[in-house]
Amino acid sequence: MLADKNRIFSNIYGLEDPFLKGAKKRGDWDGTKAILELGREEIVTRVKASGLRGRGGAGFSTGMKWSFMPKESSDRPHYLVINADEGEPGTCKDREIMRHDPHKLIEGALIASFAMGANAAYCYVRGEFFRETEALQRAVDEAYAAGLIGDNACKSGFKFDFYIHRGMGSYICGEETALIESLEGKKGQPRLKPPFPANVGLYGAPTTVNNVESIAVAPEILRRGPEWFAGFGRPNNTGTKLFLISGHVNQPCLVEEEMSIPLKELIEKHAGGVRGGWDNLKGVIPGGASVPVLPKHLCEDVLMDFDSLREQQSGLGTAAVMVMDQSTDIVRAITRLSAFYKHESCGQCTPCREGTGWMWRMMKKMSAGTAQPDEIDMLEEVTRQIEGHTICALGDAAAWPIQGLIRHFRPELEKRIAEVKSGNSQAA
Amino acid sequence: MSEQTINFGFSYENAKAAEAIITKYPKGWQASAVMPLLDLAQRQNDGWLPRVAMDYVADMLNMPRIRVYEVATFYTMYNLNPVGKYHVQVCTNLPCWLRGSDAIVGSCKSRLGIEFGETTEDGLFTLSEAECLGACVNAPMMQINDDFFEDIDSGSTEFILSELAAGSKPKTGSQIARVTCEPIDGLTTLTHQAEARAAKLGDA
Repeated sequence: MLADKNRIFSNIYGLEDPFLKGAKKRGDWDGTKAILELGREEIVTRVKASGLRGRGGAGFSTGMKWSFMPKESSDRPHYLVINADEGEPGTCKDREIMRHDPHKLIEGALIASFAMGANAAYCYVRGEFFRETEALQRAVDEAYAAGLIGDNACKSGFKFDFYIHRGMGSYICGEETALIESLEGKKGQPRLKPPFPANVGLYGAPTTVNNVESIAVAPEILRRGPEWFAGFGRPNNTGTKLFLISGHVNQPCLVEEEMSIPLKELIEKHAGGVRGGWDNLKGVIPGGASVPVLPKHLCEDVLMDFDSLREQQSGLGTAAVMVMDQSTDIVRAITRLSAFYKHESCGQCTPCREGTGWMWRMMKKMSAGTAQPDEIDMLEEVTRQIEGHTICALGDAAAWPIQGLIRHFRPELEKRIAEVKSGNSQAA
Repeated sequence: MSEQTINFGFSYENAKAAEAIITKYPKGWQASAVMPLLDLAQRQNDGWLPRVAMDYVADMLNMPRIRVYEVATFYTMYNLNPVGKYHVQVCTNLPCWLRGSDAIVGSCKSRLGIEFGETTEDGLFTLSEAECLGACVNAPMMQINDDFFEDIDSGSTEFILSELAAGSKPKTGSQIARVTCEPIDGLTTLTHQAEARAAKLGDA
């Protein structure tokens, strides 16, 4: 188990003072100026070397992403945009960072912005996180007042502004180009890529969009060195990570652990085990609503990292682990997710706009058992027609949970249809 | 949209706030302020946005009105119809459903005597079904106006609604013996903060 001294988020439960005095005591803002003095290139090199992969779901190398920004300044400003539109069902980690460890985020934003030649960062926080926004704003005000950010951030001569922008309730704005559109005052509809944001992003300027957690771990990586961070987890899956465990466990919680911790260990050590014991487990959605469910037998040995979960045709996503015990109506569970995606489709691409509705209606029939047996294959075919045929990944995200259900729980779908059929014929 | 009001203009205080918001964005990109300004307008107008308020914001930002309508109708947090003094939004997405959100919905409906999308006759409560609100390890939960009520059950839900109806301010956050998102039986990490946790629980 990860030792407490190696945990980055030392106030994630909000048990100590989240603000400047408490944050400094825990080591935030220590030697920030010296970190900036490493220079742009060296910071990016070190973040790359740490192996940090984006914590928002896609898992792309953070250092690599930073390196895509133009090296030379032109007449266009550069921007860092922080994605705090946390809305993936099961996910509630950025919320805790913003309200309990906000200075890690602000310090990280300064360092990341410096490394990309950006003089301003916009943090896009989902609108429902009103109290979290208040806490973050208070921390931002403190940082300005202490000269940590502003015209001469940390006395480095670098000008840096941190702005908070509140969303107003839209899951799709967690997609980076939809978020940029929204920040520009439009409907949150994803943009076609290319051009990529690093070339044409916010206000037509080079922009990098990073998740809250990716940014907030950066200062500690640079303070302790990339080797320290890379020493946790497995190659290509390094570092520490915030895990969320919800659903049918005895003690749902958030916890920072070493990447690649076995799923079973994570649930048993921190979440008090599956309700009714491990053998009462039915399945786990390991990375937020978009990733396919794993049945119990695959949960025995799987590791909580990008590669191990991908080998099992699922994903780490946001590391939001949703546990379902034997009492769960798994068909209804996935149907609920289908309703979610139908609700959140932005309506731009036809396969997603129409397809999420089709899938939801078919899933409702599967739930009720009123579908025909051959409609299971038809449903699977519909998910394949949506997957990969839309501008953004929402279409994929809507398709994958259903594919996972059919892959692992097909007998349950068939049984329900058969039961309803025989019940009907008996009634007739 | 219904019951349209005829006039809308920011109060002096909100006009100042709007000015400050606009300065957060580069010159020429003042349209970025449309979302916060609509939110400001909604807060000033008892929690909902009449069309005159959208027009007012559009004119203030030099935006075509249709662009503002697009924004106001795209995002779920803009209410285009009047809402009660307390907007009760119950999350029914998977993590909350697994932990009993059906019962919470039932309690709200029976306590308030309304269905989703309806407002009580006294104008006090509007009930809505919400998608994931991002407090999943504290499920089930509901949001009422700007606050989250977490780790709720039927009993605490009815208590919270009764308190609000009586004009009191119920405790926000977790409704059980828990500070925030830590394991309820005690810390498995950051164990040096156990005393701080006990103190916080003692305060509650």
